[in-house]
Amino acid sequence: MGKREFINGNNAVAYGVKLARAEIVAAYPITPQTKIVEQISEFISNGEMNAEFIKVESEHTAMSACYAASCTGARTFTATSSQGLLYMFEMMQFTSGQRRPVVMANVNRAISPPWTIWLDHQDSISTRDAGWIQIYVESAQEALDTTIQCFKVAENKEVLTPVMICLDAFVLSHTEELVDIPEQAEIDRFLPPFEPDYKVDVNRPLTIAAGTAPNLYMEFRFTQQQGMLKAINLWKKADEEFGRLVGRSYGGVVENYKCSDADVILVTMGSLSSTAKDVVDSLREQGTRAGLAKLRLYRPFPEKEIFDALKSAKAIGVVDRSLSFGFEGSVFSDVKAALYNNNCCIPGVNFIVGLGGRDVTADDLKKMYDKLQYIQKNGKAEQTVEFIGLRWSE
Amino acid sequence: MGFIPNKLSDLPAGAAFEGGHPTTHTGNWRIFKPVLNKDKCRNCLLCWIFCPEAVIKKGSDNVEITYDFCKGCGICANECPTKAIEMVKEG
Repeated sequence: MGKREFINGNNAVAYGVKLARAEIVAAYPITPQTKIVEQISEFISNGEMNAEFIKVESEHTAMSACYAASCTGARTFTATSSQGLLYMFEMMQFTSGQRRPVVMANVNRAISPPWTIWLDHQDSISTRDAGWIQIYVESAQEALDTTIQCFKVAENKEVLTPVMICLDAFVLSHTEELVDIPEQAEIDRFLPPFEPDYKVDVNRPLTIAAGTAPNLYMEFRFTQQQGMLKAINLWKKADEEFGRLVGRSYGGVVENYKCSDADVILVTMGSLSSTAKDVVDSLREQGTRAGLAKLRLYRPFPEKEIFDALKSAKAIGVVDRSLSFGFEGSVFSDVKAALYNNNCCIPGVNFIVGLGGRDVTADDLKKMYDKLQYIQKNGKAEQTVEFIGLRWSE
Repeated sequence: MGFIPNKLSDLPAGAAFEGGHPTTHTGNWRIFKPVLNKDKCRNCLLCWIFCPEAVIKKGSDNVEITYDFCKGCGICANECPTKAIEMVKEG
């Protein structure tokens, strides 16, 4: 058993990175992420962490440095938010295309304009197709533990794909909670040193990120897809193993909270899941069979696991903290696709919530469950995309 | 002659190769194959100079033609002063 500290989500991620023995950290500060790399920098200067901190002039360079560092065989980490993540976009593709297992924390912050620093998921969801694994967490404790799991899955020889751990701005990044910090020895048993399959080496020169003609490019993309898909089962295994060795696990890739006999189920990602669990409990006390499917892994999308969680529901609601303008929330699209792929058609509705840091309260969630019960009775939704907590709709 | 993958598992994780650019065989484009008569070869290296694919290797007594990337253009046979290279239809 390690020690217990009263820390915020940013500190928790920094502890995770330290325990994972990351060797290179390259980052550029941005609110609300800054405290992560500030804390890591402190660990390094105190001598608590044996790593190199590369100071850079932009996020594009931060990701370039991480990509290159990972090519040398170093365990590599960075953190960013919002505009910073978008500025990394080009080099994120280098990292994933070249299959370098960099781990990044993205503290979810809305995109400007209107200028903002507050929470929503538009930043990470906008980078959905950059070839990165994305995992969302609910608490500072889960942020610490998942950061360590990220390295385990990313570096697996069958996966070799970078991972982004997403945690909600302020609600997690700046809110203190009691967090158990595992012993170094426990984590060393879980996470062996990174053994790259190849690296920059003067004794074995390689062309890295080599060009390919149309005769081979597609095969590389196909192997990238195969590696990414393997992360679903390997993440479940990593979560179980973490549970055995450290004593905490998070339900694999989709946490099934009272879904098995539920008539109405919400799908959430991130910190909102905690409030939703409380709402499920109070609804159940009143006799409503409510459930919650907390989506941890967003890419690769765990379609079988989400189908298993939702299959017996009479009505489902998907809560998106972002929007694919001109359509609907992306998680809603993906959940519907997963049901379609499993020959399942449950009436559902998409709740767009909390954009730019607007609070999503237990009352809001209760109204969503009321809506689902209404749909359950009537068999279909009147409106598939609903904005929750909007001040004016006309 | 470079890295030539033949199946999916030959590919590394990410495009990283010794000696540069990955490719695939182009020799199967060939309709006529250059066949060397070693007895007639004077090792003058004209074919070695003119081959646009650099598939002809130098040797101590005569040249050697390799076929992975030979597309059968026939320039070697045309240039050979002793007619040591014959273009034979692929069977």
